[in-house]
Amino acid sequence: MPAAFVPLNLAVGAARLSRFPAHLLWIAIGVAAMVLFVVFPICNLVVPATSALHISDYTVTLLGKIMCYAIVALAMDLIWGYTGILSLGHGLFFALGGYAMGMYLMRSIGREGVYQSDLPDFMVFLDWKAYPWYWSFTQHFWYCALLVVLVPGLLAFVFGYFAFRSRIKGVYFSIITQALTYAAMLFFFRNDTGFGGNNGFTDFKRILGFSITAPTTRMALFAITGAALLGFLLLGRAIVHSKLGRVLTAIRDAETRVMFSGYNPLYFKLFVWTLSAVICGIAGALYVPQVGIINPSEMSPANSIEIAIWTAVGGRGTLIGPVLGAAIVNLGKSWFTQALPEYWLFVLGLLFILVTLFLPRGVAGLWLKRRA
Amino acid sequence: MSIGLLSSGAGDRSGGVGTGRVMTTGVDVSHRGILYLESISVSFDGFKALNDLSLTIDAGELRCVIGPNGAGKTTMMDVITGKTRPDAGTAFFGQTIDLTRLSEPEIADRGIGRKFQKPTVFGQHTVFENLELARKADKRVWPTLTAKLDSAAHRRILTILDTIKLTGEAKRPAGLLSHGQKQWLEIGMLLMQEPQLLLLDEPVAGMTDDETLRSAELFQSLAGDYTLVVVEHDMDFVARIADRVTVLHEGRVIAEGSMQQVQQDEQVIEVFLGR
Repeated sequence: MPAAFVPLNLAVGAARLSRFPAHLLWIAIGVAAMVLFVVFPICNLVVPATSALHISDYTVTLLGKIMCYAIVALAMDLIWGYTGILSLGHGLFFALGGYAMGMYLMRSIGREGVYQSDLPDFMVFLDWKAYPWYWSFTQHFWYCALLVVLVPGLLAFVFGYFAFRSRIKGVYFSIITQALTYAAMLFFFRNDTGFGGNNGFTDFKRILGFSITAPTTRMALFAITGAALLGFLLLGRAIVHSKLGRVLTAIRDAETRVMFSGYNPLYFKLFVWTLSAVICGIAGALYVPQVGIINPSEMSPANSIEIAIWTAVGGRGTLIGPVLGAAIVNLGKSWFTQALPEYWLFVLGLLFILVTLFLPRGVAGLWLKRRA
Repeated sequence: MSIGLLSSGAGDRSGGVGTGRVMTTGVDVSHRGILYLESISVSFDGFKALNDLSLTIDAGELRCVIGPNGAGKTTMMDVITGKTRPDAGTAFFGQTIDLTRLSEPEIADRGIGRKFQKPTVFGQHTVFENLELARKADKRVWPTLTAKLDSAAHRRILTILDTIKLTGEAKRPAGLLSHGQKQWLEIGMLLMQEPQLLLLDEPVAGMTDDETLRSAELFQSLAGDYTLVVVEHDMDFVARIADRVTVLHEGRVIAEGSMQQVQQDEQVIEVFLGR
C-alpha cells in the first residue's frame, strides 16, 4: 500500500470520531479478557466468601445478564445508530433465541419435573401425551443452537424483505416492529401454543450434563457471554469500518443518493437487520440459562423500547456506547427496583428525555467531545 | 483532463446487456441516440405532469432543458432514473435498455448518473469517502463488505478531487462544505460512477459567479465524452453552454433547437413572458 494512503485512511472528521485507536483497542480487549476470564473466576470460585475480594454469585449472574443486554444494545445500534432504522421489536428476537435455548433446557430436565414425566410439567398439566412436532430434535443441544440462529434470522429476513421492499421507513417501520412483538407475545401467552403459556419455561436442571446451578457452570456461562460480547464488538467494528459500514451510514443520511449511486438499499438493510436479529437471538440464548426463566413478558413492547433506551443513553453510532448504556441503565434499574421500586419508570423516562435533549450521542458522546 | 476521466471504464464496457447481472453495463448507441423518450405520460391525481412527451438525446451532446415551474422537468428526470413509472410511453437508454423496467440502482449501474436540485451528499462521510462510495464497482452486499481500495481507485479519486477543486477538502466531512462545494462534490460523485449520461438538475443553483463560470467550463469539457442533460433556470448559463435547448411546457416539448432559435419561437416567448 503506497504511503499516500495512510493520512486519508486515518482521516479524522466528525465521521471518524468513533474510531478507537487500534493499539488502545487491543489493550482494552486484553484487559477486559483478563477481568472476565481470570479475575472473575478466581474471585468468585477460589477466593473464600469471607474475603473482601470475593465476588458473589449474585454479582456474577447480574453482570452476566447485563452483558447479554449489552449484546442486544450493540445489535440495536447496528440497525438504529448506524443505519438509522429504529426497531421497537428487538425484544422479540431476543426472546425467540431464549425460547430456542429454553426448549433444550426443558428437555434436559428429564423426569425430574414435578410430575416425573418425560414431558415438561406444563404439557402434563394440559394433558398432552406426546411432544408436538415442532419439539422434535430439541433434546439435541446442537439442534437448538441452530434454532437460536435460524428462527430469529429467518423471521427477520422474511419480515425485513417485505418491509424494506415496500420502502417502509421511519416511524411506520418502528410501529410495525412494535406490533410484531406484541402479536408474538399474545401468541406465546396461549397455552395451546406449546411453549408454556404465560409461565414460559423455568426450573431448569442442567445444561450439557452440568448442573445449571453449580457455581462452575454459572462461571462458564458468564465467561462465554463475555467472550460473545467481545466477539460481537470486534465484528461490529469490522462491519462499521468496512465500505459496507459506510454504505449503511450513507443510507441513514441520504438514502436516495445511495440508490442513485447504484446500491440497492434493500439488500444492505436486510443484511444488517438480519444480522442484528441473529445477534439478539444469541444474546437471548445466553441469557436464559443464567437467569433460569424465559416467558412471553420478554416480548412485551416495553422491553423492546427499553432496548432502544439503553442504546440512546450509551450513544448511538458508537460501538462502546450501547455496552455502557446497557450497563448504566440496568445497574440503575437493579438498584432502583430494590430501593425505590415505584420510581424506576419515571427515572427511566426522565433519563431518556434528558439524553435526547442534551446528549444526542449519549454517554460515549461526552468522551468523544473531550477528544475532539 | 478528459483523458484522465476516461482512463478507466470506457474500455471495459464490452459486456452484453440483458444477462441480468449487475456488472455487465453497456449501452448500445449505434444509432447516435443515447436516450429515447417516446409519448411519455405521467399523471398525479389527475394532474398531467408529463403529457405525451417525446425527446431524443444524441450521444455526446450537451442538452439544456428549460421551462417554467411545473413544466415537468423534474418528473422527466424521475422517469429516466426509475423513480417514477410512466402511465404510458417508452423510455430507452440506447437501443436496448428499457428504463421503465429497471429500478433506480439498476439504472444508475447501467450508466445514468443524476444530480438532484438540492445537493445530496453523505454529510457524515469525508469528501474522499463520498467519492469512494460512488465509485463504479460491484455494489452488491458481499463485494461491498470485503471491498478494499486499490491504488488505481485511489488515483482516480485524487483525479476527480482535482477536477472538482476539492483536493484540499478531501478529509473534511461533506456536511461542512459550502453549498457550491456540495454541488461540485455531487458532480464528482457522478463522475466516479463513470456514467454515459449525466442528468443535472439545476447544477449551478446557489453558486457564486466564479463557481458558475467554472461549472460551465467543466460541463463543456465533459460533453463529447459524456452526454449531459442540464435542467437550469439561469438563462445566461444555458446560453453559454448549450448545444441544443429543449423547452418544456405543461408536460410536453414546445420547442427545440439552438438557444437563438428557441428564443425567437413565439410560443416560447408567450410561455416565458406571459400573455
